[in-house]
Amino acid sequence: MRTRPLLGLLAAGTLLAGCGGSGSADDAGGEAAPATEDSGLSGTLTVFAAASLTDVFTGLGDDLMAANPDLGIRFNFAGSSALATQIVQGAPADVFASANQAQMAVVTDADLGAGEPAVFTENVLEIAVPAGNPGDVTGLADFADADLALAVCADEVPCGAAAAQVFEAAGITAMPDTEEEDVRAALTKVQLGEVDAALVYASDVRSAGSDVEGIEFPEAEEAVNEYPICALAEAPNPEAAQAFVDLVLSDEGQEALEGAGFRAPSA
Amino acid sequence: MKAGGRDLLPRVTERRHRPGAGIPAPLLVPAALGVLFLVLPLVGLVVRAPWSAIGPVLAEPEVGQALRLSIVSATLATGLSMLLGVPLAWVLARSRIRGRSVLRALVTVPLVLPPVVGGVALFLVLGRQGIIGGWLDDTFGITIPFTTAAVVIAETFVAMPFLVVSVEGALRAADARFEDVAATLGADRWTTFRRVTLPMVAPGVAAGAVLCWARALGEFGATITFAGNFPGTTQTMPLAVYLALQRDPEAAIVLSLVLLAVSLATLLLLRDRWLGRAVP
Repeated sequence: MRTRPLLGLLAAGTLLAGCGGSGSADDAGGEAAPATEDSGLSGTLTVFAAASLTDVFTGLGDDLMAANPDLGIRFNFAGSSALATQIVQGAPADVFASANQAQMAVVTDADLGAGEPAVFTENVLEIAVPAGNPGDVTGLADFADADLALAVCADEVPCGAAAAQVFEAAGITAMPDTEEEDVRAALTKVQLGEVDAALVYASDVRSAGSDVEGIEFPEAEEAVNEYPICALAEAPNPEAAQAFVDLVLSDEGQEALEGAGFRAPSA
Repeated sequence: MKAGGRDLLPRVTERRHRPGAGIPAPLLVPAALGVLFLVLPLVGLVVRAPWSAIGPVLAEPEVGQALRLSIVSATLATGLSMLLGVPLAWVLARSRIRGRSVLRALVTVPLVLPPVVGGVALFLVLGRQGIIGGWLDDTFGITIPFTTAAVVIAETFVAMPFLVVSVEGALRAADARFEDVAATLGADRWTTFRRVTLPMVAPGVAAGAVLCWARALGEFGATITFAGNFPGTTQTMPLAVYLALQRDPEAAIVLSLVLLAVSLATLLLLRDRWLGRAVP
């Protein structure tokens, strides 16, 4: 309890800065010193991020660590709902990046966010097929074909909720063979060639390289996933947390995200 | 514990059965801590359980389906494990083939392999593109992944080593001279195995089977990877629990308790029957 005043001070500082740095992605990138410049960050930064952010955030983390030799970054990549549960249960995290607003709300409703979450990117669904498209999948309608081996995400996880939305919008009754526990598991089954198609995010298709081909479909616009990020109120390392959030919102962060198949937030 | 002790060590130890008596403190204290360590998380589940939600959750058809599938597949996996595992344990304990220790290490690999990796490994062998699975698909049009058979295979892969290790231990502890005597009386090795060895290690086999069944019942990683997750076909209770946790943690607690209650009831029931049979 004797650390209270100090914690309060730190929390106040973080609150002033807010989750979105000085407000928007442009500001963070322009006026504030580029986040990858040595700002003397140290200690350990723990980032809880949606599994789909694995590649981009690992890269950004490496940049931040290269600029701050005393800083170590630990990532916990998993399904957003699992991460939200862990944070609410008291996991010592500094930053939470969710693949949807609902799971961020779980955290902010528990008053665990430092300020307002900022939407930093968007992701839409794409059909992933193994290289060469052995099942001759052409569009969303093929998900009604019981003869194809098909994977979608389970309703309980965000990519599954999005899949249900696009199927409803297209008036398709999907006939999947498996409802995967997260999007990477669905992608793995495409990479192994065990399913003819899976519904995953555009970023996942990009990350799989040449093993996987992506097929865009118009109904994907029915379920655009907004990714919010927020430093956490009880962050053990609030300065580094804010620096990471700023980096994600900066031009450098946005470029990395777009290079990985995400798109800039529309709002 | 009491019943087992009495059955196994008749009469002589009768006067030691007063509760608490005769347990040295250096054993009692860590044993009590051990019990606490193992039981407290269970208490946590029970305390946090939303008892009022139990009715509605149990009424969901998917729950019964998942429970049935779990019990059936774990039982099939245990049967398959006994069919293959008991002979394997005999080979490891009794035969003199070369490279036995290497064989033993290989057989116990699934114990240390993360189950998800086990699931991927099963894909590489039995999947549509796998070494054997590809041939099955091309020749007979049989695909294994995403079927109930895949659940049984994944569970057997993960759980069989538990049975093998138990039975091998029992075989090593059993007195091999009984087998020698049987041989001198004219029994061939197969008859000796059936009429002498197997009855002698029956409690070990039973213990191994229980361990194997429990492990199969709780199997998650290999199953969700190799068999996928589809209600009614491949969604066992642990998968249902994991997914419920994503949406409704309270429902997940209820499901866990149901799985626990059913498995404990089954094990207690079987234990009495087995021990009754094994010790005349």
